[in-house]
Amino acid sequence: MTKNIMIVGVGGQGTLLTSRILGGITLGAGYDVKLSEVHGMAQRGGSVVTFVRYGENVAEPIVEEGQADVLIAFEKLEALRYAHFLKKDGALVVNEQRIEPITVVTGAAEYPEHIVEDLEKEHTVYKIDAMEEAKKLGNSKVFNIIVLGMAAKHMDFSKEAWLKVIEETVPPKTVAINQKAFLKGFEG
Amino acid sequence: MEKKIMLGNEAVARGAYEAGVKVSAAYPGTPSTEISENIALYDAIYAEWSPNEKVAAEVAIGASISGVRAMASMKHVGVNVASDPLYTISYSGVNGGLVLVAADDPGLYSSQNEQDTRCVARAALVPVLEPSDSQEAKDFVKFAYELSEKYDTPVIVRTTTRLAHSQGTVTLEDRVEVEDKPYKRDPGKYVMMPGNAIGRHVYVEKRMKALAEDGSGFPINRAEYNDPSIGFITSGIPYQYVKEACPNASVLKLGMVHPLPRRLIEEFASKVEKLYIFEELEPVIEEQVKSWGIEAVGKEIFTLQGEYSANMIREKILHAPVEGKAPAQVPARPPILCPGCPHRSVYSVLRRLGIHAAGDIGCYTLGAVPPLNVIDTTICMGSSISTLHGMEKAKGREYIKDWVAVIGDSTFMHTGVNSLMNMVYNQGTGTVMILDNSTTGMTGHQDHAATGKTLKGEVVPAISIYKLCKSMGISHVIEVDAFDTQKLEQVVKEEVARDEVSVIIAQSPCVLLKGNVFPYKCSPIKDACKKCGMCLKPGCPALTMAADGTIAIDDTMCNGCGLCMQICKFGAIERVEK
Repeated sequence: MTKNIMIVGVGGQGTLLTSRILGGITLGAGYDVKLSEVHGMAQRGGSVVTFVRYGENVAEPIVEEGQADVLIAFEKLEALRYAHFLKKDGALVVNEQRIEPITVVTGAAEYPEHIVEDLEKEHTVYKIDAMEEAKKLGNSKVFNIIVLGMAAKHMDFSKEAWLKVIEETVPPKTVAINQKAFLKGFEG
Repeated sequence: MEKKIMLGNEAVARGAYEAGVKVSAAYPGTPSTEISENIALYDAIYAEWSPNEKVAAEVAIGASISGVRAMASMKHVGVNVASDPLYTISYSGVNGGLVLVAADDPGLYSSQNEQDTRCVARAALVPVLEPSDSQEAKDFVKFAYELSEKYDTPVIVRTTTRLAHSQGTVTLEDRVEVEDKPYKRDPGKYVMMPGNAIGRHVYVEKRMKALAEDGSGFPINRAEYNDPSIGFITSGIPYQYVKEACPNASVLKLGMVHPLPRRLIEEFASKVEKLYIFEELEPVIEEQVKSWGIEAVGKEIFTLQGEYSANMIREKILHAPVEGKAPAQVPARPPILCPGCPHRSVYSVLRRLGIHAAGDIGCYTLGAVPPLNVIDTTICMGSSISTLHGMEKAKGREYIKDWVAVIGDSTFMHTGVNSLMNMVYNQGTGTVMILDNSTTGMTGHQDHAATGKTLKGEVVPAISIYKLCKSMGISHVIEVDAFDTQKLEQVVKEEVARDEVSVIIAQSPCVLLKGNVFPYKCSPIKDACKKCGMCLKPGCPALTMAADGTIAIDDTMCNGCGLCMQICKFGAIERVEK
């Protein structure tokens, strides 16, 4: 059975690094894996989405509407934008950060209120203020790895495997802080 | 054998390496950029950033004629720039194998149009291979070199964004060192003057016929016979959507999409009851297949625009759409200039002065959207300067007194320089602003002739944009710090009023370049804030209005450029050391 994971957020939030870690862990476990990423202009503060699929034999590299097992959202408006990609029993892991899009800043649109509460009515939601937690760890940049740690609870890999692939993927100087961040999300 | 997870582009680079390629040239362009960046990691391949795709193609052509395997890679619109050499090297053919990788962008993730390279290839009489995943990206590149040398032709390997930027598992093999082909002077083949080209055209038509005939036996063109009631002809990434939605259907998977292997297609069509042609963008396969009298369904039900999906097949063919919720209505989040981007500073000045800009291709194209709204036109690489010149020639000098052309440093070196020559030569009076951030920004920071570094990381003398402009005889070439808004305002006012060509080079390195960080953060002084909202006008994403109407600055986003501080008339924003 193919497992479908999506990572959504705002360009610059580190969706690419997160997907690399996911790719590494799935390949290491012997699965066939495909990932699809966004490069180029959309990365400049736009809405970005990365797909990760793993299983026996993966055909398409994207996750389509109604088929995501896990949706990892680094920002709550983006969680709302892509929630319809979730399966009925899919898990939504959301970082409760609010980043206003330019359409809101200029007054052309309004940032919806109560996003997480509304999502909770229809989906199984796991929420965290990862930015706050990351600051407590002393490095706000690792918030995305905290969120990944929370999402990892809904996948089939051991803690040791995760820590190993993080070590292999992130820059050497940041291994310790990233592993700490992962455990923060993974172990609560 | 070692297995690795690889981006499509990384796999193309690996294919070039394993095929024994010795020379690679390219100009960066999403979604093709990572091909060259990965090729550059192989010591066995000479790899360069050329100033544009035409030059890159010609470098690869030269290498091929001299007898080595060579590659040029580019995005689809880059093929337009390279089409002059492409159409004629098709006649000359090759000595060492020659492959051009063209990356199309269905869905326009990062492009100005949605053109289909297969149409160009048909016109240029060049074969096209189309892989479906990373493994095939590597394998097809290797096969392309075999075809190129066997049939004496350049070969296009066509990818799309979804392939180029997807990762999949790839089995690595060793590099095969291909012996250089001996070079023999052969003007009849390599000097394309009319008397020679007329003969080569005959050869080219014969070659394409032979490829179409032999193509039915190529292993990359593969019929997968399953349920005969439904058959698909498809290629590239759409093949994966077919396998996802209809794993039991019969599929003719075309690895070579031009010329088409007619015999194989006719055989497949005769063995299936209902035939669908599933191809993104133009009906290239469909129109040819239908012209042979084969009944098939294609663009009657599938769109000409954007990317395809497995859900499209479930809905249009299986009539079994995936049940799910409708997407929520949420505010759009288009891309924007980064916090600390020097372009924002320039645009905030132009906006204040009510200046229109003829724009160009780069991050700075984002000056076209709210809240900046400065750019009025963007067509293609290098077009800003020539477009402005055309306006002046149409409407006269006075008409462009509130206009400038804006172009980035990399785009200026690409094709902008020709347009500037034209403006000088034909007595234009336009004002050209070169937004010099010392890099090719939007594609992820590639060097070019004016940065002083090569693709391989060697330090070389940087071509001075200032001196280049001066050498054209332009008297007023002014360099300004892009963040000095007062000076910029004064210079722009002076130069647009001048009755001769002038160039303003607004300099400040891209804020995302490694090592380029302001040692500050901007911080609001709440009590001094008059809630006027002026600092919000340039649209810096780090600034928002707090509930009480005063300004809040997100210190995780702020890069400390100080533009907001310069704009605030009440001293309500200060810059503090990090």
